[in-house]
Amino acid sequence: MVGMKLKDSPAAKIGASIAVATGLYGVSFGALSVASGLSFWQTMVLSLLLFSGGSQFAFIGVVAAGGTGVAAMSASALLGIRNGVYGMQLNALLRPTGWRRFAAAHVTIDESTATATGQSDPGEQKRGFWVAGLGIFVLWNVMTAAGAVLGDALGDPKQWGLDGAAVAAFLGLLWPRIKAFQPAAIAVVCAVATLLAVPWVPPGVPILVAAVVAGLIGWFRSDRTPGHAPGHVGDGLEPDLEPYKHDVVARPRHAAAGTGHLVAGNEGEQP
Amino acid sequence: MWFWLLVAAALAYLTKLLGYLVPAKVLANPRMSRVAGTLTIGLLASLTVVNAAASGASLVLDARIGALVAAGIALWLKAPFLVVVLAGAAAAAGLRLLGWP
Repeated sequence: MVGMKLKDSPAAKIGASIAVATGLYGVSFGALSVASGLSFWQTMVLSLLLFSGGSQFAFIGVVAAGGTGVAAMSASALLGIRNGVYGMQLNALLRPTGWRRFAAAHVTIDESTATATGQSDPGEQKRGFWVAGLGIFVLWNVMTAAGAVLGDALGDPKQWGLDGAAVAAFLGLLWPRIKAFQPAAIAVVCAVATLLAVPWVPPGVPILVAAVVAGLIGWFRSDRTPGHAPGHVGDGLEPDLEPYKHDVVARPRHAAAGTGHLVAGNEGEQP
Repeated sequence: MWFWLLVAAALAYLTKLLGYLVPAKVLANPRMSRVAGTLTIGLLASLTVVNAAASGASLVLDARIGALVAAGIALWLKAPFLVVVLAGAAAAAGLRLLGWP
């Protein structure tokens, strides 16, 4: 029954294409993680248990820069805060119950949230979320393992430019969020704060300095966000941004995420 | 490292789960969403420059700057993520072949 429904579901198709596109670059995470100095199994634990691309890259980014475990953990945890906001929106949209709620939480990431909130039909939201979330989880872990094995076999990571690949990966994660002057200004201010801090504090800490700066900007930023749509001002500062939109089928976005008024009467629908 | 790795994994899951378990009105205020948004941008910008220009506690100009420029050009041309990453690797590896540290 699930298979038949999924075949005709546009949301499932979008979810599947996002899963393939996202899963593939798990190979870059795997290779960069072993290049940063983590072991194969430490790399796999990040993909299996932590499972949030930005936070995983943050963790190995701090380790590669010579930072301590606690600094890596802090950067990872701070970058994961937006997943809490996604969880809240998805809980209002999908209303998962019992064990499904715990499974849904694990696959709550940028891509699955974007797939679900891009749909207007409650059944489609569920199908999109689960296909994207579970599809990415499986492919991301398979490709992480492939990348970790490949990275180990490559020898000196610098010779292959893997440290350059890490720089490119972070810029690629940042890029889709820079859509207006304000997010660009925040990025520049935080980049400058980081560079100023590097000579004065231990490795890894400059990233946390930038986090404090960014957090203060967010806290004191003038409130021009409508109360009914938290964060949805469309300038790239909303946490549930569609990542890497250019390689995915264009689709309309609905601002209903988080309001919960679309969920009434969908109890009969199952993914 | 294992200890902090597992703490990071536990915190990541608990953060996600918190969104599902806490009543919406507790977290659904604009300020919380804004902070999550600015934190994400600030951390990614910081991670980009640290990985491009920091070596321990000093700033250096090496082949990684070439990777940053190459990635920027690839993104400007709307290349897919994997191509962007490969462009960064190729630029850094190529510049080192040419003798830049």
